[in-house]
Amino acid sequence: MAACAKSERGEGGEGDSNATLTIAGTGKPKNFDPIFNDDGESFRPARQIYDTLIQNKAGTADLEPALATKWDVSPDGKEITFTLREGVKFQDGSAFNAAAVCFNFDRWFNMKGAAAQSQMIYYADTFSGFAKNETDSAGDPIYKSCTAKDDKTAVVALNKFRGALPAALTLTAFSISSPDALKKYDADKVTQSGDSFTYSSYATEHPTGTGPYKFEKYDAASGTTTLVRNDDYWGEKAKTAKLVIRTIETETARKQELEAGSVDIIDFPAAQDWKGLESKGMKVEVRPAFNILYLGMNEKNPKLKDLRVRQAIAYAINRDQLVKTKFPEGAEVAKEFMPSTLSGYADDVTQYNYDPAKAKSLLAAAGASNLTLKFYYPTEVTRPYMPDPKAIFTSIAADLTAVGIKITPVARPWNGGYKDDIQQAGKQDLHLLGWTGDYNDAYNFVGTFFGREKPEFGFTDKTAFAQIAAADAEPDADKRKADYEQVNKDLVGKYLPAVPISHSPPAIATAGNIDGLVASPLTDERFFTVTKKS
Amino acid sequence: MLRYVVRRLLGVIPTLFVLSFLLYVWLRSLPGGPATALLGDKATPEKIAALNKTLGLDQPLWVQYGKFVGRVFTGDFGSSLASSRPVISELADALPATIELSAAALLFAIVLGIPLGYLSAKRRGGYFDNSTVIATLVGVAVPVFFLGYVLKQWFAVDLGWLPPSGRITAGMDQTKITGFLILDGIMTREWDVVWDAIRHLILPAITLGTIPLAVIVRITRASVLDVLNEDYVRTAEAKGLRARTIRSRHVLRNALLPVSTTIGLQAGLLLAGAVLTEKVFVWGGIGSLLAEGIEKRDYPRLQALILVAALTYVLVNLLVDLSYALIDPRVRVR
Repeated sequence: MAACAKSERGEGGEGDSNATLTIAGTGKPKNFDPIFNDDGESFRPARQIYDTLIQNKAGTADLEPALATKWDVSPDGKEITFTLREGVKFQDGSAFNAAAVCFNFDRWFNMKGAAAQSQMIYYADTFSGFAKNETDSAGDPIYKSCTAKDDKTAVVALNKFRGALPAALTLTAFSISSPDALKKYDADKVTQSGDSFTYSSYATEHPTGTGPYKFEKYDAASGTTTLVRNDDYWGEKAKTAKLVIRTIETETARKQELEAGSVDIIDFPAAQDWKGLESKGMKVEVRPAFNILYLGMNEKNPKLKDLRVRQAIAYAINRDQLVKTKFPEGAEVAKEFMPSTLSGYADDVTQYNYDPAKAKSLLAAAGASNLTLKFYYPTEVTRPYMPDPKAIFTSIAADLTAVGIKITPVARPWNGGYKDDIQQAGKQDLHLLGWTGDYNDAYNFVGTFFGREKPEFGFTDKTAFAQIAAADAEPDADKRKADYEQVNKDLVGKYLPAVPISHSPPAIATAGNIDGLVASPLTDERFFTVTKKS
Repeated sequence: MLRYVVRRLLGVIPTLFVLSFLLYVWLRSLPGGPATALLGDKATPEKIAALNKTLGLDQPLWVQYGKFVGRVFTGDFGSSLASSRPVISELADALPATIELSAAALLFAIVLGIPLGYLSAKRRGGYFDNSTVIATLVGVAVPVFFLGYVLKQWFAVDLGWLPPSGRITAGMDQTKITGFLILDGIMTREWDVVWDAIRHLILPAITLGTIPLAVIVRITRASVLDVLNEDYVRTAEAKGLRARTIRSRHVLRNALLPVSTTIGLQAGLLLAGAVLTEKVFVWGGIGSLLAEGIEKRDYPRLQALILVAALTYVLVNLLVDLSYALIDPRVRVR
């Protein structure tokens, strides 16, 4: 399917350059100041309006130049020198240069106000603390300073090496805004009234970047963003005059909309609709899977503290069968907790091939033959890594029952208690969860899950935590790769805090007259290359 | 009359007070909170705790409620957690959309419902009457979202006659004055906007109007049948009044009293149907706000919305009572 879509790419010829390209997303953007956001729906319009210093090469998670043509990391990893692209202008006409880059870095670091800082999820994740921390969870700042050596050279200094940098700078959150516009529209004025926030007019009406499309208007009631072509864009100009991003929450409604021809591109079509859409002449672009679904096992339960029991559970699940029947085409059984494209993926980890007899004997050896486990699964939701939670639950539960484990099913609505019960209260014995990676770094997966103690797993091994922290703090790329390979081997073979289940590819679908869309594993699509034939 | 209206309006205040408190407690007793919903998949317990602290959600319930009431008295309903926009401006954007849709649905139901009900009664027991009665049964029984889905699939996707969703074609330029698209279009003479908005309105209005239509048909039919059996109708016929005069002055006028009550009640119930209809047709009105608010545990938005809904319901009831007085002079005397 992917191959067939690929061969059609770029052969569509010229489209109508006055066309309006309409895209259906799944939710409303929160606002248009990328630094305050962390969700795909807010990033979708931001990716068209802004550029980052470094970006992901279209269709991959590999780094490539964007606003910076070159970046050099000092041997100790504490200094990154960016050589900037020349001749770039912000959409308000002001010049893009090293001073503008430093203005952005300093702005993020110096952001004040609890409202502002609690919204800067990715900043806090990547750079830890702020000049003045306002929340307890912020740590010591990693960012030290930014110096504009000359117009086209910006040097970012760090207090300590951080493995995720510079890859994390591809995050849309770190888009470069026009300093003039930031000042003019009072961008830092995030205020809190009662139990809620309000953002400045920069974030709601005047986002200004260097990207291929300019912001025109946003209709909040319907969640519709209208962008127009930026004729001064430094790169290849956008192929359509207008870009409209609509919010259509349900999969069925998005599919109907594409079939009716009222939108040109829909995100996340339901896997069971892929074939039907293709048979009607639409194209389904399957993104490379950059995610993981796992079965968490909570070691707060003393029985699950025993490695043999956790291994028994891993052997008991027929993952090949599960992935073949319950996941979309292109899904793979996961061997470890990150996709194979990431540096640090280990090829030779312990395999838990389907073996119910072995599972039974391990359970018997651990004295856990009469095990009863509370198995949580979410309702009212599908995720890109988890197309049908109930079906996946049912299949795994049947496998576990077959080896003599009694399952007490607990279904909870996603926002109505599931995440709270799992991630905060730790009420479950077993649960389904996963996520889609943010950028090309192993820590973003294994560190996020197993870098420290969490109620989700009840996993308390200090050596493991230290091992992951050491890998993240290793500035030598080859050494870091080897460290993470060891981490992955140990996580699967020695600790097994969860069973990796699958990597499954989410899709994006287009109408037949649309060409040039490059699907991204990070859902990081930029639409300026897309043509629409009338 | 004026004193009656004022007294009724003042009576609303304690109702809203009690309601707001129950609502407050109920919302916060739901599992899951806004921090979890807002922070999305990447939320960690630390981030959730930090956001809860920032939002003041870690304080005792009565403290939070006290602050809420204090703010409401200064006219501050706060900002939506999901959109960060003031709840008042969200309402101002969404209200015209819902009113436009509800009005169209109600108009559809009344314009079609009263004549159908009347004809059905006049031809009682005939083929027309029987099929109308069956159709109304079906109309009441079909779930709103299913009807919406089917209408959309047929008329928008398969036949391509009407747009599948939204209030206006995406990207269309349109001048916003009141927020009522059709009215704005007429005021600015943007006839393409008017036409586009009407086309977008047809399917959702039919979807939302189907249940009220069925109810109005049945009530009109029953009510006309009652009146036709009244002595004064027979008297009128006996003294040789023209059929048209009997119809308009004696039958319809008297039959409409219960119908108007029904219309009022249906108008109040429209919001419930609007939640589903707006979801199916991506309408962007109050219903959509409410649905998204519940999904995201958006406390400030839900509080304001439900208070507004309650207020609307009370006002609609008041209007119904007043309309009695207009239709039936006896009520005025009392």
